[in-house]
Amino acid sequence: MAVETRTTLPDELCEFILEWKHRPGNLIMILHRVQQHYKYLPEPVVDEVARLADLSLAQIYGVATFYNFFNLTPPGKHRIAVCMGTACYLKGAPALTEELSTTLKVGVNEVTEDKQFSLLEVRCVGCCGLAPAVLVDEDLYGKLTPEKVQEMLDNYQEGA
Amino acid sequence: MVRLKIDGRELETAQGNTILDAALEAGIDIPRLCAHPELTPSGGCRLCMVEVSGIQGMQTSCTLEARDGMEVVTVTEEIENHRKITLDGFISDHPLDCVTCDKAGACELQELAYRYDLKETSMHFELGRTLFQDDNPAFLRDHKYCILCGRCVRACSEVVGADALEYADRGFESHIATAFDRPMEESPCVFCGSCVEVCPTAALMTKSRLRKGREWELGKVRSVCTYCGVGCQMEYRTRQVLDAQGKSKTEIVSVNGFPEAPANGVFLCTKGRYGWDYIAKPDRLDMPLIRKDLAFELGITREAWELPGDSPLKVKDARDNFVPVSWDQALDVVADRLAKTVKENGPDSVGGLASARCSNEDNYTFQKLMRSEFGTNNVDHCARLCHASTVAGLAKAFGSGAMTNSIGEVRHADCIFITGSNTSEAHPVIGYEVTRALRKGASLIVVDPRRIPLARKATIHLQAKSGTDIWVFQGMMRVIRDEKLADEEFIKTRTEGFELFASGLEDVTVEEAARVAGVDAEDIRRAARIYAGGIRQEGVSKYGEGRGRSTILYSMGITQRSNGTELVLTLANLAMMCGMIGKESSGVNPLRGQGNVQGACDLGALPNVLPGYQAVTDDALRTTVEKKWGGATIPNKPGLTIVEMMRAAESGDIKAMFIMGENPMISDPNITHVEHSLRTLPFLVVADIFLTETAQLAHVVLPARAALEKVGTFTNTERRVQLSRQVVAAPGEAREDWRIVSEIGKRVAKILGHTDTRWDFRDSADVAEEISLVSPIYGGIVHERLPGDGLNWPCPDKNHPGTPILHVGQFKRGKGAFTPVTPKGPAEMPDEEYPFYLGTGRMLYHYHTGTMSRRTEVLHWKQPKAYVEIHEDDAAEMGIADGKPVVVESRRGSIRAAARVGTTVQRGMVFIPFHFREAAANLLTQDENLDPTAKIPELKVCAVKVTNPAAKKKVAVAS
Repeated sequence: MAVETRTTLPDELCEFILEWKHRPGNLIMILHRVQQHYKYLPEPVVDEVARLADLSLAQIYGVATFYNFFNLTPPGKHRIAVCMGTACYLKGAPALTEELSTTLKVGVNEVTEDKQFSLLEVRCVGCCGLAPAVLVDEDLYGKLTPEKVQEMLDNYQEGA
Repeated sequence: MVRLKIDGRELETAQGNTILDAALEAGIDIPRLCAHPELTPSGGCRLCMVEVSGIQGMQTSCTLEARDGMEVVTVTEEIENHRKITLDGFISDHPLDCVTCDKAGACELQELAYRYDLKETSMHFELGRTLFQDDNPAFLRDHKYCILCGRCVRACSEVVGADALEYADRGFESHIATAFDRPMEESPCVFCGSCVEVCPTAALMTKSRLRKGREWELGKVRSVCTYCGVGCQMEYRTRQVLDAQGKSKTEIVSVNGFPEAPANGVFLCTKGRYGWDYIAKPDRLDMPLIRKDLAFELGITREAWELPGDSPLKVKDARDNFVPVSWDQALDVVADRLAKTVKENGPDSVGGLASARCSNEDNYTFQKLMRSEFGTNNVDHCARLCHASTVAGLAKAFGSGAMTNSIGEVRHADCIFITGSNTSEAHPVIGYEVTRALRKGASLIVVDPRRIPLARKATIHLQAKSGTDIWVFQGMMRVIRDEKLADEEFIKTRTEGFELFASGLEDVTVEEAARVAGVDAEDIRRAARIYAGGIRQEGVSKYGEGRGRSTILYSMGITQRSNGTELVLTLANLAMMCGMIGKESSGVNPLRGQGNVQGACDLGALPNVLPGYQAVTDDALRTTVEKKWGGATIPNKPGLTIVEMMRAAESGDIKAMFIMGENPMISDPNITHVEHSLRTLPFLVVADIFLTETAQLAHVVLPARAALEKVGTFTNTERRVQLSRQVVAAPGEAREDWRIVSEIGKRVAKILGHTDTRWDFRDSADVAEEISLVSPIYGGIVHERLPGDGLNWPCPDKNHPGTPILHVGQFKRGKGAFTPVTPKGPAEMPDEEYPFYLGTGRMLYHYHTGTMSRRTEVLHWKQPKAYVEIHEDDAAEMGIADGKPVVVESRRGSIRAAARVGTTVQRGMVFIPFHFREAAANLLTQDENLDPTAKIPELKVCAVKVTNPAAKKKVAVAS
């Protein structure tokens, strides 16, 4: 299907959107794909998605703000996810959050000033044997203690 | 019917109704906050819980369908406790400042708190939502009062189809939001206020109403909106204030819909709800005026004066060109000049334009004046420029030129076929009906050169090139014939002339049609099958008749064409071929443009027919009317149409004109020509509510009353005659048009020695009585029968209930007549010099020549200036950016306005709304090439060139 209008979106996204345009339940699929591309849902891109897919912009906003998964603001370069599953929680995950928060000068669900890190709390990541666990991007840090947090962060500092 | 028991009472309710519906019908008032009779149930507020035999636990009565044998209990201690706790929750998050709240007395939460005796909440939260949004002049959003019932969200998406609102965020942060919480203006909001109307609390409030009184202090007057042919009934909220002289006067504070309103229910569009404040503008005419040159001639002033040559389109305030005079002075001059013209130059040297904005009574008296006193049929009005071809075409095919069905039937159609109508902007409330039908699974076919808002929701949009739609229709009929989809039985029993018509279909193949129109042949085939079968989105008709119900809605995209009558006949052919006419939710429905354009036609403000479409050429009918008018002599030959009158004025054949409530200086094609004609006239009198561009050229200007300032009947597009009531007093000495006309009639009769014509009407009801005697289709329509829903004509006598659906069982003319039509393109095609098609029309926020809508706060704020729609590719080639000026030029004139760059129009086409005097689209349109039958000009298509004034050299490229 041809794109009937000028658009600022890259071809691959356009094709995906047009492929899903008339299918039921398309909204979540499309938003997933867009977030995969940009790491978040930039406002002008969402405007364009709504226009191309003939979807209600308000409805997209409703869905995007309802689900935790979707971000409307750019995430940091690295995503730090502290597991708050039962095992990790009991083994001291809250102290890890606190240490990370103090070291990085950032709250939960926020991005550091240098845009390097986003700090998140997530539910069980499935590594209870290694509790407390933290995921940085795709890397898993098990049996982490507040003392080892700085060492972990050093792996991701600029130039490291 | 379903039989069930509620609170021990045996009840019956319609299949598909919920338990809540059944209870409310029986007067059992189940508490509720999210349910609304016009919206789908959501079951969110948990207040309407009931117990139902055989189902465990409490159930939401708004979502549970009533079934035979159900036993329902709506009140038990447990249910009441539950409701009380739930309500406690609602008020824990809602300020209890009812003593100063503007919604007090109309707030449903307040009402329920009273009912359950909740003085305060037992839950102590900090209020979660504190957002206060004051971002537009129409309404406020104060989130602290919001209870998240979601009615506004549903009204906006289910009814209006704007999709501006949605629930955003989660948990305590949940709130109703536009996308990205942007200001309303940057959302798709159409400012219809439907969200405000359904809001149960003060979260959404009309601004004009704030601090003007509580519900019980306000007056309520039911009246009719005159902004378009839908004819919505509405309720004006009023209060008494003191004027500058210390006298009490009525002031409007807001407008609401109401559930019993026949065409619209509680819903209105932005013009109806927010477009009424023009009536109190300081430049309203409140005294008769005589232009200074005539005043000098009559010895009223002592200075000689000459009308400056500046175009009225450019003059800001022309009041200084006139002197105020008394009514007697003005009326005497008018009567004297008009009578003198007739005496010296014959009856046909006078012409008159009546008005689709005036009441039936106004129009009736006007044409009576022209015919009985002056003895001319030179009376016409702007229906000539909108639906003259409908009146001619449908009368030929069916015997009656009007909508065949009522507005409410659109909602129940299986397939809606819209062509040449931007329904959601020009007839917004009918657009709501289409949106509702789509939501229930109807299919929608749109044939329009523009991607209008409804086209985005269409099953198929055939975006035929400007002026080529007739090939699409022919192609569809060819498919219907070839695939044997026609309704043979209907054709055989109800129609005539099919064979000849069908053989004509040979001339165009589907591929040929698709090529000319620039659409996909397969889309034509699909559209034909869907229309012919009345096929829903999911296939079968809900009526289970084998063939579903398809209905055609069309408007000026069809009629304002040099072959307008043939296009109308083509749609009639299509409908008859498929048997899609003469039953509920299925017919051919021209959507009439102005508030009373149907009525103005019905009452004979046309050069060829007397009231009730009685042809002036029919001796028997004409003589009967002559007798009823006390022995007047009506000429037996049709008079001149609008465009012909303008030509006759220019050539000097017409020497005096009376224009009542029309503004041809903006609404008529080729304005330069119109201006020249009007300036040439030795005598022009205009009655209007403002000093319009046309009135500026008049010798005498008479101040008229707006619809809100008088009593009268208006006939909407579904032929429903409704009573419009007086809401406020008129400014100064403004008078009803029928009274002005009667005063002139009296005086002219005296001068010309006519003694027996009646002009001493007591009130408009008295005029309506005379109408019922003269016009057989209005025979039973008198004011005292109209307070409620009104009556649909034909209504031949005072016991007749009116006729909502035409042509049931038999066409008005007997058999429906097929007419072979040869497809033809527009008269003026783009060429090298003028490479673009120009389309003109309406946009949502303004009405006709802008005289009223551009003087209102909300509508003017939303759309303050003219624009030119252009395709983004054409714009890019010419370096035209959105919002930057473009110049559009035709063989007749040139205008400059801001570009609106997008994909609404196709490449090679521009569209300009005609409401804006500073960039008047009708400077460009053509008054040549009239439709030969209906004499309607081709306002919808002409050739133009488009240039970018910022570009160094001219570029004009079209695909």
